Amino acid sequence: MIPAQFDYVAPATVEEALSALAEAGDEAKVLAGGQSLLPVLRMRLNAPSMVIDLSKIESLRGVRDEGDELAIGAMTTYQTLLDDASVREHLLLLTKATETIADPQIRHRGTVGGALAHADPAGDLGAAALALDASFVVTGSSGSRTVPASEFFSGLFETAIGEDELLTEIRFPKHTGWGAHYEKFVRVSHQWSIVAVAATVKADGGTIQEARIGLTNMGDRPLRATGVEQALVGQPATEDAVRAAAETAAEGTNPPSDLNGDADYRRSIVPVLTRRAVLAAAGA
Amino acid sequence: MTATADAPATARPEIGASRRRKEDQRLLTGRTRWTDNIQLPGMLHVAMVRSPFAHARITNIDTSAAKSAPNVVSVFTGAEVAEEQGTLITAWPVTPEQNTPNHPPIAVDRVAFAGEVVAVVVARSAAEARDAAELVEVDYDELPAVLDLKEAAKDEVLAHPDLGTNKSAFWQLDSAGQGSGGAVDEAIAEARSNGIVIEREYRQQRLVPAFMEPRSVVCDPTGEQITLWTSSQVPHIVRFALAATTGVPESKIRVIAPDVGGGFGGKLQTTPEEWITFLAGRRLGRPVKYTETRSESLMAGHHGRDQWQKLTLAATKEGRVTGLKVDLLADLGSYAAIVGGGVPVLGAWMFNAIYKFDSYQFNVTNLYTNKTWVDAYRGAGRPEATYAIERLMDELAAELGKDPLEVREMNWIKHEEFPFTTVAGMTYDSGNYEAATARAKEMFGYDELKAEQQRRRESNDGIQLGIGVSTFTEMCGLAPSRILGQLNYAAGGWEHADIRMLATGKVEVITGVSPHGQGHETAWSQIVADRLGVPFEDVEVLHGDTQISHRGLDTYGSRSLVVGGEAVVRAADKVIEKARTVAAHMLESSEDDLEFANGRFGVRGTEQGVTIQEVAMASFHAHDLPEGAEPSIDASATFDPDNF
Repeated sequence: MIPAQFDYVAPATVEEALSALAEAGDEAKVLAGGQSLLPVLRMRLNAPSMVIDLSKIESLRGVRDEGDELAIGAMTTYQTLLDDASVREHLLLLTKATETIADPQIRHRGTVGGALAHADPAGDLGAAALALDASFVVTGSSGSRTVPASEFFSGLFETAIGEDELLTEIRFPKHTGWGAHYEKFVRVSHQWSIVAVAATVKADGGTIQEARIGLTNMGDRPLRATGVEQALVGQPATEDAVRAAAETAAEGTNPPSDLNGDADYRRSIVPVLTRRAVLAAAGA
Repeated sequence: MTATADAPATARPEIGASRRRKEDQRLLTGRTRWTDNIQLPGMLHVAMVRSPFAHARITNIDTSAAKSAPNVVSVFTGAEVAEEQGTLITAWPVTPEQNTPNHPPIAVDRVAFAGEVVAVVVARSAAEARDAAELVEVDYDELPAVLDLKEAAKDEVLAHPDLGTNKSAFWQLDSAGQGSGGAVDEAIAEARSNGIVIEREYRQQRLVPAFMEPRSVVCDPTGEQITLWTSSQVPHIVRFALAATTGVPESKIRVIAPDVGGGFGGKLQTTPEEWITFLAGRRLGRPVKYTETRSESLMAGHHGRDQWQKLTLAATKEGRVTGLKVDLLADLGSYAAIVGGGVPVLGAWMFNAIYKFDSYQFNVTNLYTNKTWVDAYRGAGRPEATYAIERLMDELAAELGKDPLEVREMNWIKHEEFPFTTVAGMTYDSGNYEAATARAKEMFGYDELKAEQQRRRESNDGIQLGIGVSTFTEMCGLAPSRILGQLNYAAGGWEHADIRMLATGKVEVITGVSPHGQGHETAWSQIVADRLGVPFEDVEVLHGDTQISHRGLDTYGSRSLVVGGEAVVRAADKVIEKARTVAAHMLESSEDDLEFANGRFGVRGTEQGVTIQEVAMASFHAHDLPEGAEPSIDASATFDPDNF
């Protein structure tokens, strides 16, 4: 599997990366962990003239505690996220979703920013970012802007990142004390999600106070199940109550049909997965 | 003097001992010579241009842009090399009348499956060859393709229009015809009026033998011989077939299968890619390498299975099977591969499994389609049979409302009935299915699980319990040459071994089988260590190079240990016999007074003796050998089994 010829740069700073990007224009591809881009290049599905490798930019790596938020550098690997105690404490849903991604080799190479910028609707982090109300720091030559998760994903493999911009950081408001579960439906463990549900729940004495639910692979982008979230408020964390609230999980979705299941199949399993996710998140 | 009586009684036999595998250090670290690791001075690289269509006529190929691409040395098409490229052969036309399409390595005017090679690019680097391959412009006229096996049987759309039919061959085994049982149609008719008939149709899906190391070939035409390294299970067969189809004398071809990263049957093929690389090397007079991509491997390496199985089982009301009729449609894909046609035929002796049936008929129709060719994959033809008969036994049990194991026991061969000639005509030498099953049931907790299953059903438990059982036996160790001859197979089934006793007391074992991850080096060392009484560490096993291992029929069909291992044992016994003569001379004793144990010839009733290493040294310097003895205790043996 030999890619077509391309030029390669590995800038040391975000500024250098942006100027390389500006120079190459839409002929360039940005390389993060390479878990999606390299197969595309090797299968010659895409032949960019320039590959800009961000792996040498140290400032894009790591997790910072900034009071009410955790700021995660775009080049932070999945494994770094999993090993980070503050993520587990304040963003349990992110940890739970990341644990399900692929296999250890991929988790050591793949990056949070790479996956989110790639915006594969079957990717696992989009639904979690949406449920956790993340905001995306996008940097261009004229500075940085912040895009809320609800506006970041704009379609199949499409985001709000402009052609001359880079995703540099993802900021998550802390959800300390919230229960969380990522219910992923796959036939083999390292597969892309056929459907998955990201749920994080604030419960008190067996009563659900707040719930946030993101859906993976139920449309051309990650979706929020806001109807279910509202129906859960004030409900007891019991099988029957959660089942009733989860009934509407497929509303407003537009899932794909493929060899793993058609759209109706996905619609029929998403309430079940939602119930399981919420119950597990609520510790029931 | 028999070999058994002389077997050394070592305190701790190597066979059965848990040993760290000799080959693992280099295999696991990759510090070895995989074919793709080979770099030769001035070596060129090959890339293939492949058809995207399942069936099409090639109307034009424009190679001009590719030829002028950077560092491209040569571009050629099938039409340009039609005379010299040779042809790919099948070693197993299952009947003398078999229809076999011509199979040029590079398609000349028509492609019959998606992935077939239509042009070849040779450049100074693999990347440049790949880039230039994209510049080759091929014009196709698409032809109707036949992709479905049952459609193929209708002969409406033809995979190869010039053959006039999709049928490759029809092959039958009939117990009444060969005298190994009754007439199956009578048994079915009887069961229809006074018993049970189960009719089912099962699908054996197509699969890919996905070895870890992709196929890779290096051809070095410089020097006296043409050397071909190939990631293959079958270097000897590749050498023979290259000589037979290209006109290059066999003595001028050396084939080496170095360390090979898995095969599973997928590398017992003689492949277009080998023939093309051999051709490219010869045409250009320079070393060339071709390593396939994973995508090419999945598309063009042979596939496995792919059958429709129509089955009719006749039984008495009590569940005793009186007849089994098997009608198979088998997909060979686009071409008759090296043993592709024979794979479904191997099932003929396995559908009756461990059971006693009164009558049996096996029919297979091999068909061509416009899909990737099909050949051996793990068990080849036999697991397909096991799947079908074991599902049928379950269906029969369900029909009778009996325990699936009880129905099997009613029908299987009892231990006191061995040796037993089956309704398919194969003799099973031994077995005790009662004892093995009783042990398995005990280990599994079968009765307890059945009780739990019953409880869960009665209580309508949310989690129900399913229990599956299956028996199987398999003929392996391909194979007695005389039986292969009866089956119209082009080669024999013997295997060869040489043992070289080095002057320093070390031992080289040369085997004609060709490992690709199994651990032959460890196992063969254990065999020889026990037999000759030498340390495990002192045995070196050589294989996979036709210049070192000059006789061999390679590794497939679970044959290496049972056929190749036995050849090693026999060669070791010959070494002992030759050494005995020298030892007797050294000890001034009669051969009859010597006993051989733990690597030492001792004179009975005395402390006197010499080790086999000392005998090896004595034979090497040859200063004082017995009259007429040759100065060597090396030996060879070729073994041909009597039965599977």
